[in-house]
Amino acid sequence: MSNLELGPIMRALLRNKVGAMLIALQIAVTMTIIVNAVFIIVERKSMMERESGLDEANTFYLTTTGFGNDFESKRVTREDLDLIRSTPGVVDAIQVNAIPMSGSGWSMGLTTTPGDEVESVGTANYMVDDHALNTYDAALVAGENFSFSDIRFRERNQSDWPDVAIITQALAKSLFPELSVDEVVGKTVYIGDNEPMIVKGIIDKLQAPWVGWNNLDHVTLTPEWMAFPSMRYLIRTEPGMRDTLMTSLEQTLANQYPNRIIRNVETITSTRDASYRQHSAMIKILTVTMVLLTLITALGIIGLASFNVNRRRKQIGTRRALGASKSAIIRYFMVENLIISLFGIVLGVGLTIGLNFMLIEWFAVKALDWYYIPAGVVLLFNVGQLAAFGPAFRAAKISPALATRTI
Amino acid sequence: MFIYYMKLAIKSIRRNIWLSSLMVLAVALGIGACMTTITVNYMMSANPIPHKSDQLFYVQLDNWGPHFPFNDENEPPDQVTWRDANNLMQHDRFKQVAMGTSGGVIESDNREIKPFMAGIRLTYTTFFNLFEPPFLYGGPWQPTADKNSEQVVVLSKKTNQQVFGGENSVGRTLTIAGNRFRVVGVLDDYEPIPRFYDVTTGAFQSPEDVFMPLTLKLPLELGSSGNNSCWKDPDGDGFEGFLMSECINYQFWVQLDNAAEQEQYMSFLNAYVEEQKALGRFPRPLNNRISSVMEWMEIQEVVADDAQIMMWLAALFLLVCLLNTVGLLLSKYATRTADIALRRAIGAPKQAIFSQYITESALIGIIGGVLGLVLALAGIEAVKSMYGDFVSEHVAIDLTMVTVAIALAVISSVLAGCYPAYKACSVPPATQLRNQ
Repeated sequence: MSNLELGPIMRALLRNKVGAMLIALQIAVTMTIIVNAVFIIVERKSMMERESGLDEANTFYLTTTGFGNDFESKRVTREDLDLIRSTPGVVDAIQVNAIPMSGSGWSMGLTTTPGDEVESVGTANYMVDDHALNTYDAALVAGENFSFSDIRFRERNQSDWPDVAIITQALAKSLFPELSVDEVVGKTVYIGDNEPMIVKGIIDKLQAPWVGWNNLDHVTLTPEWMAFPSMRYLIRTEPGMRDTLMTSLEQTLANQYPNRIIRNVETITSTRDASYRQHSAMIKILTVTMVLLTLITALGIIGLASFNVNRRRKQIGTRRALGASKSAIIRYFMVENLIISLFGIVLGVGLTIGLNFMLIEWFAVKALDWYYIPAGVVLLFNVGQLAAFGPAFRAAKISPALATRTI
Repeated sequence: MFIYYMKLAIKSIRRNIWLSSLMVLAVALGIGACMTTITVNYMMSANPIPHKSDQLFYVQLDNWGPHFPFNDENEPPDQVTWRDANNLMQHDRFKQVAMGTSGGVIESDNREIKPFMAGIRLTYTTFFNLFEPPFLYGGPWQPTADKNSEQVVVLSKKTNQQVFGGENSVGRTLTIAGNRFRVVGVLDDYEPIPRFYDVTTGAFQSPEDVFMPLTLKLPLELGSSGNNSCWKDPDGDGFEGFLMSECINYQFWVQLDNAAEQEQYMSFLNAYVEEQKALGRFPRPLNNRISSVMEWMEIQEVVADDAQIMMWLAALFLLVCLLNTVGLLLSKYATRTADIALRRAIGAPKQAIFSQYITESALIGIIGGVLGLVLALAGIEAVKSMYGDFVSEHVAIDLTMVTVAIALAVISSVLAGCYPAYKACSVPPATQLRNQ
């Protein structure tokens, strides 16, 4: 430790306080931004990785809107579903009111006892038939699927609900925290305060339409077709068949009846991209910011170190002439950088936590996990040392003979 | 003298071309990042109707259930019920407007034009009076059309283009949602940003394709779109039963020109709610509110969190870039102590040295600022391609932003240059000469 030469280094630093302070400040602010940015990126990434439960790569949907007074929605629904399901390459299909992750849909409150004094649990509602589980690629974890006789038609202004429902495991847990999934089957839940429905089955996973909703995994399926002029079909295909079927089915369905419009033919993949676009953009922007920032800070360190080396060419030559080895010269500049970094990083830890508090206060950002701080410390130390190495190496190449010359 | 300093500055910048480039680049990156994020925020927080945003008020009534508030902070619901919208509109001594959204298929009489789906804004003729959208042809419908539920329509410019090829279509007819309508007006380009009159489904959407009287909703059974929230199930059955429920799906605005009118309107609202309480509605304590356009945008948090976070991070980024510039300038000027000492020794006052070096900093700032603007343009293109939505389509750098960018760049680099220039001019005249 004795030949780290801390004394001379400190004294030299004190002679150029401002320069050193500027670098330390730069390191501190850089660390503040990087640690908070990485934290935001990691959080957004894990948010984007949540599974919808669907066979995403092989599923698409479309909207059909009938018009004119003689549009028979019930007959059209039956015929469409028969046609789609019997098309080669289609695994299964359903008529449905809303699409997971799409941003628009229908939600209700469920309670385990009737009455409006009880706080309800929010759920997304999908109106489907007995083909839903296969189309959604959902596995039944308890109870059973809808039978054909459960399914009814919902008229345009009808507001009551069927007698049975299938719910997701997450919703079952929120409604009945102390019961196992098998015990929840057969229980009665109340929709919209008072209307009872019996839980017929429980599925492993399915997402609601709103990716920013905190009840994203709460979904209730009810057995009904909608006799609405405008409706959606969700279609799951065999691997590789999606894109071909998207074009061919759009054509077939459009030709089937002249007085309807087929629109919004979309894949689940593009729906996911659209819903999370804001987050993926934030990730990209923050990543670019971090890279540029690190680069600028590193260049700043290189600039200051080079300047110090140039200013001290004569002293370095003298030291070399008096017997200091090349590695001693390198060590001098590396230790100098280490000391500056240390000040910067100590300040940086404080600022990082401060910025995180501000983000929590003003925006929906969570508290930083503790291990981001040491990770940031290690990163910034390494950036500093890497940046300082070039100038230090050049300093070591200064010839001892320089000491004998006057500049 | 300034020209001479400018020449010196250019010479000095060219002498240390790498160091100078590094400084220019740092300033440019900082300015580029700041300008990109400021532009996005500036656009999102724009005042969509500056000349009367203080006179237009969004109306909220608390019709929610007795046990739970509409949200945790006990804010009144963000929309009103069909029943309240209609009741309040009866009082036509106030300049009020109620509205909601629907959708329907538009069929042209020309069979060659394919039917298409259109967004419908159901409202009153006062909409055009309060929000002043520009008309290309015709004008708003008559107040009697609201009273008598006449099938009249105002088309957007785009819809008029699609159905009538852009001709003056006033007086012509078309089919919307299965019913015949007569065109009374066609709007010119109208894109308020944010679309302040209804932000319940997102603040950055285009106005609807057609506008028609809200009073048509019941007779034509026009469906509802947008957000529909209820705290209890409808009591009645069918279309009318649903309309008469406690479900909120309508937006309500009023124009109030001064404080006295605001006070008068608030007491009118409170009296109305008291009257409804007597009828057994409105179980919650009185909680009515009116908010001006910009207050309402604030409450609805129209500016996205992410945009603000990015702006603050960009400001910190600029700070790092400036610290970097100060450090580099210090190093650069330190190599020139001999020069400075010589000039001082032969009579240059401190002030002259200071001016010379601050000119050099400002020049770096200007070059950095211009380059930063170019980077900001690129940044905005990147934002557009990454978000690809309505918001980003309308982000653009205008003259204000150009001025702000250059000013920000020059001010920050002059500030950054102050300390190094001060250090430079405090070099004592003689000491440095001695060694030479």
